[in-house]
Amino acid sequence: MINKYDVAIIGCGIIGASLAYELSRYKTRVVVLEKENDICCGTTKANSAIIHAGYDPQPGTLMAELNVKGCQMAKELCADLGVPYRQTGSLVLAFDDTDMQTLNTLYRRGVENSVPGLRLLSRDELRAIEPEVSESAIGALYAPTAAIVSPWEYGIALAETAVKNGVDLLLSTEVLSITDESDHWSLQTKDQVIKADFVINAAGVNSDIIHNMVAEPAFKITPSKGEYYLLDKSEGDRVRHVVFQCPTVNGKGVLVSPTVHGNLIVGPNAVATNREDLATTGEGLDFIRNSAVRSVPSISFGENIRNFAGLRANSDVDDFIIGICARHFVDLAGIKSPGLTAAPAIAVHAVGLLKDDGLKLENKEHWNGTRKRIRFSELTPEERAQLISNNPAYGRVVCRCETITEGEIIDTLRSPIPAHTVDGVKRRAGSGMGRCQGGFCAPRIVEIISREYQIPPEQVLQDGEGSFILAEHTKRREI
Amino acid sequence: MHVKIHDLIVIGGGPAGLAAALSAWECGVKDIVIVERDKELGGILNQCIHNGFGLHYFKEELTGPEYASRFIDMLRDSSVQVKLDTMVIELTDDKELHVVSSTNGYEILKAKAVILAMGCRERPRGPIGTPGTRPSGIFTAGQAQRYVNMEGYHVGRKAVILGSGDIGLIMARRLTLEGSEVLACVEIMPYSGGLARNIVQCLHDYDIPLYLSHTITQIHGYPRVEGVTISEVDDNRNPIPGTEQYIECDTVLLSVGLIPENELSKGANIAIDSRTGGPIVNQSLETSVEGIFACGNVVHVHDLVDYVTYESSEAGKSAAQRILKIASSNSADITHSITDENADVIQLINGNGISYTVPQLIDLKVKLHNIEVFFRTNRIFGKSTIHVKAGNSELKRFKRVRLTPGEMEKIVIDEDTLRQCISKGFDEIEVSVTEDPASEENVHFPVEKTVTLGEVL
Amino acid sequence: MTELICTVCPRGCHLKVYPEENYRVEGHQCARGEKYGQEEVKNPCRIITSTVCIEGAEHPRCPVKTNAPVPKQMIFNVVKTLNNVCLRSPVKAGDIVVENACGTGVDFITTRSM
Repeated sequence: MINKYDVAIIGCGIIGASLAYELSRYKTRVVVLEKENDICCGTTKANSAIIHAGYDPQPGTLMAELNVKGCQMAKELCADLGVPYRQTGSLVLAFDDTDMQTLNTLYRRGVENSVPGLRLLSRDELRAIEPEVSESAIGALYAPTAAIVSPWEYGIALAETAVKNGVDLLLSTEVLSITDESDHWSLQTKDQVIKADFVINAAGVNSDIIHNMVAEPAFKITPSKGEYYLLDKSEGDRVRHVVFQCPTVNGKGVLVSPTVHGNLIVGPNAVATNREDLATTGEGLDFIRNSAVRSVPSISFGENIRNFAGLRANSDVDDFIIGICARHFVDLAGIKSPGLTAAPAIAVHAVGLLKDDGLKLENKEHWNGTRKRIRFSELTPEERAQLISNNPAYGRVVCRCETITEGEIIDTLRSPIPAHTVDGVKRRAGSGMGRCQGGFCAPRIVEIISREYQIPPEQVLQDGEGSFILAEHTKRREI
Repeated sequence: MHVKIHDLIVIGGGPAGLAAALSAWECGVKDIVIVERDKELGGILNQCIHNGFGLHYFKEELTGPEYASRFIDMLRDSSVQVKLDTMVIELTDDKELHVVSSTNGYEILKAKAVILAMGCRERPRGPIGTPGTRPSGIFTAGQAQRYVNMEGYHVGRKAVILGSGDIGLIMARRLTLEGSEVLACVEIMPYSGGLARNIVQCLHDYDIPLYLSHTITQIHGYPRVEGVTISEVDDNRNPIPGTEQYIECDTVLLSVGLIPENELSKGANIAIDSRTGGPIVNQSLETSVEGIFACGNVVHVHDLVDYVTYESSEAGKSAAQRILKIASSNSADITHSITDENADVIQLINGNGISYTVPQLIDLKVKLHNIEVFFRTNRIFGKSTIHVKAGNSELKRFKRVRLTPGEMEKIVIDEDTLRQCISKGFDEIEVSVTEDPASEENVHFPVEKTVTLGEVL
Repeated sequence: MTELICTVCPRGCHLKVYPEENYRVEGHQCARGEKYGQEEVKNPCRIITSTVCIEGAEHPRCPVKTNAPVPKQMIFNVVKTLNNVCLRSPVKAGDIVVENACGTGVDFITTRSM
């Protein structure tokens, strides 16, 4: 354990992970503190999974600049990190004249933000490239650079690569208070004090709480809940692009989009709520269905495999809140949409801020910013045969819906940031993501986790602390 | 890659696959391979430790493991090969199978005939869209059954069961006998989805309330389930505001339907019946891809394993006939697909009250015999008549005391009737149900009684 | 009169039993159903299935059943006798696990060879 770090990052969602990745290039000693028992468990795991082109933010804002940059960076970064990414392009639909005016505004904004390739499509052009959209859509804004991504794999890949390059990660480590020791910061956690010269606040929906530990309140986070439908792969090619409706004050509206895993995602709504509320509601889901069929009437919601909800770190500031709020203390706060897109650009920007604030950065001689993962289902028969002959664990299919093998499950348990819960395995290997939602594989994954970590099955968690799956043994002897 | 060729490959070693393989072997096919993804044969029967199996087929009451072992023992005395712990990951319409296992690696197999016997899976929370949190403590009934009966774990202390499918009812009793409390079984329909005997033996025996026309409208708690809100639903299955009741529990079991497991079938371009969720089959259990047969829950969800056995034996026999024919003529007949537009078939049409029939069609190129037609009704009928019609004439009628969607029914259309149909040039036969004029028995049965919350809480 | 659903087979016939008329039964479709109706009113009994611990087998539990029906009010007592049993593989289906459970004269036997 290092006595004092150069940089401590609070929060290991996509923002903390991106910054850790960026800082791992340098000889800087970095620690990431995550309050949950795994990384990327907040907004990063529950969002629309879109890389936005960048026509939404107001020109001149940091959000606009970092969105467009992040969108450019994502493609190469995902390729380097083995993260599922597909440049689908996006469409914003217009249903009436007011919407058409909005499209014109978005188009002009996009051009000003330097979004490449934007085009306004006529009704016929729209239907030619997206035949399932509603007949009542009269035009669309097409943004070819928009993409879809696996958000949690993106975050995990960034963090894993950072850890592989020497960054320390502490899980289940919530920062309770922060003390200015004049020449460094002391971060009090449940069972230890972490010292660091520089501190980064990447605490997502809790970033105002962290900010207020060191500075006067300057902003307030009001989490905005978004609920979603995730539909079976049989609906996965219902649309080819990310299909938006015109944005309103409440957000970007309900979208319909393919996912990189082959499903169809539909959502979100936007409801102001508290920091803990991740429950889906009957009203919310009704709203999403009714809104979505305006864009794509043929969606079959009977093919739903999962509903979920995520929280946006919405603040009372119109832009991202990025800056030095105390000496050697940087806020990366209020990172609402398009935070996932902007993340790598935010990280580069933040490194610049740290440098300006006096952080010494010296490149490592050996830095490896790439990562590979074995994905059995994507291999050719010959490659599969070879893989199994090298390691028979790749011959046992554990998740039948997604064709995930025991070898891949074990890989996640031995990765730089090992999974130790059923959902942790799911986020890394993709098991349980399919149409049976773990009905078949979850007990087998419990068994593998139990065996590999040599813990009894009743101690294996579904996800967060306390999410026990099994109770005690049956047939306990009467004493 | 090298392709290994077999006469018959059976996908799945549960009750359907076992019976199909045995029947084909008894017909004289010797080169048979069963591919089973689990480490043992028997499929779901291994975890169905309750009794009630085999009354039709063996004329005695067996538990699931006993029923399975009858077939596994017979199989031991045959030359049928079994590949355990082996997953079929792809099936082509050319009857080529890509299979993987730790022991044999990646293999490509090919067969003269293939029998699909993959069974079904349980419907998870997603398709029913129950709102709320996403805590641990939510299991499908079958998952809980495996944990409790085979792995020896309690899944929780206080459970609510959503849906009244048979596995859910059986688990209500199992959890109670293991010392857990089952607070309610909640069914959205106005009738139970399971067998009447299970309502009696699993719920009534243990005073577990069944809430008909109710559903869970919110799941509460994180990281573990802390409770559920249940509400009464209207005729359109929409929750009625003001009827909400909170039940504290740490476990929710889902018993909300079974879905035939046809991902492989779809990959092989086999035509699927949207009503059953399984392949369209003819009276020989042959699918739209010639040489690929299907039986058991992969075709339609059965409520009795005995019927799975009968159906699968038939599929095994049909596959064997094909294989032996190929052997004798030294080449496969270039046959037709039953779903082709001009195929020589009689369609079975679902008339009033019928939600599906299996087979869906009668293939006139196949030797005709008495045909067993399985079906389910789409609502409860009291004393009623099943009509089999072609054109304007009624060919057959059958009487039933009672018909419910939860119980599969069977009628036999005999060979003579079929010949009559053909001679008159009919290409459709309609099966329908009408309820006989109301009699006292039709009005109320104790099993359908809705328990009001006031009586329980 | 008592209304019942017959459980001897999955058909689920709806029975009416008249104790005052020497346990006359209506609504049954077979002789076993008639007997069930009478027994169910006089002295309801059930076959009980459960599991016991087993060591050295492929699974940690072995399924068991009673070899005859047990009076309904004895079910919980009878099931408790299984808690103190631990089998050792190999066992054969039909092996006796608990003899004369709670004096009912009924044995628990295994239903699977393991």
